[in-house]
Amino acid sequence: MPHDHHDHDHVHPEGLSPSGHPYRTDNDAPLSYWQRMEIAVRELLVEKGHVTPAEIAAQIDAMDARSPANGAAVVARAWTDPAFKARLLENASEASREMGFDIGPLHLIAVENTQDTHNLIVCTLCSCYPRNLLGLPPDWYKTRAYRSRAVREPRAVLREFGLDLPDHVTVRVHDSTADMRYIVLPARARGTDGMTEAELTALVTRDSMIGTGVPRQP
Amino acid sequence: MPRLMYMSDWDGRRWHDMGGQDAGPVPMDGHDFALWEKRIDALMVLCGQKGLFTVDGLRRALEDMGEEAFETMSYYERWIAAVNQNLIEAGAYSLEELAGRMDEVAQRGPTYGEAQGDG
Amino acid sequence: MAERVRVRTLTPPGHVRAPWYLRGKVGVIERPLGAFANPEQLAYGLPAEEKPLYRVRFTMADVWGEGAEAPNDTLDAELYGHWLERLDAHAA
Repeated sequence: MPHDHHDHDHVHPEGLSPSGHPYRTDNDAPLSYWQRMEIAVRELLVEKGHVTPAEIAAQIDAMDARSPANGAAVVARAWTDPAFKARLLENASEASREMGFDIGPLHLIAVENTQDTHNLIVCTLCSCYPRNLLGLPPDWYKTRAYRSRAVREPRAVLREFGLDLPDHVTVRVHDSTADMRYIVLPARARGTDGMTEAELTALVTRDSMIGTGVPRQP
Repeated sequence: MPRLMYMSDWDGRRWHDMGGQDAGPVPMDGHDFALWEKRIDALMVLCGQKGLFTVDGLRRALEDMGEEAFETMSYYERWIAAVNQNLIEAGAYSLEELAGRMDEVAQRGPTYGEAQGDG
Repeated sequence: MAERVRVRTLTPPGHVRAPWYLRGKVGVIERPLGAFANPEQLAYGLPAEEKPLYRVRFTMADVWGEGAEAPNDTLDAELYGHWLERLDAHAA
């Protein structure tokens, strides 16, 4: 996105989230109109009793705690526990909660990759994403190029991500048009038979759960 | 890219409804988010939880801002504009209050760090 | 047997969640998802009716015709009942 203007990588001491994550701060760039609006809206909402600073900080903290690692843990559990995998495919929201992840009201559907099926997730109308499990989406997921092309030429898009699928594999694209969100349950890599759940978790990439990638090889 | 056409010839397809259109390669570059952007994200979630407006209201405002906004503003710039639009409509505060506060914020200093407040 | 539906070819001006590229296309109901508040009302801050939501599966040939990248690949989307016409209504 050419209009993003985050040129400053400095991390200031005050730029730490409550959980200690460094923010990529823009604190020394000239104050923009939209930043002024953010400050004003936030202060007015606090003053009028709609939200508290503690709630805002807690929400930022909660989102910072959500990352692809959460989804990777779910995937690795499904790879090692057939009963869990069945529950995941039946109701991915409940299965994620069962593992202790706070996913709020997220309605999650897991779609399984196999030897002959590859799933790909997109949102053509905006950029819906299972953020309450995986955290915020990557920038490319929100671009015109991905949103436009993933439903019409998914195989060409996948080749740009380095994934060249053979003809015998059926591609199933999922357009997140309404209330459901999707996560791909990638196929477990060959040569991982003796690995522990923790070791398997490290193989699961964000893109493999969106469908634009496959898990790392051990 | 924005496509100019005479509105009398319009078929009704809206700019954001882009599935299946031609487009170039997927840009792979990414970045993480600044504090002011995370605050906007948090405000949206909290406003939804408090019943001030819904994510559908956010999307409606983003869509109504049009294609030019999509092409010229960053993601969270568009979000704060859409959040504010919904809050004005919900009566959470008035335009007069917003205008006064934005002006006051500008007086605090030339950078976000100086102007951000402590919320 | 899977129930066939056609996405209605409507062109309202406001906030709707039925994508343009699927309007008029025929698919099968993959699964019903339950009832959800109508986003076409929520978007305007209005009280919203509960509407049935379905996951509908199309083949790429259904959607893109001759130009499909791979005709047997599939596309799933969630569509509200008021955007769908049932094609098998007389079959039973």
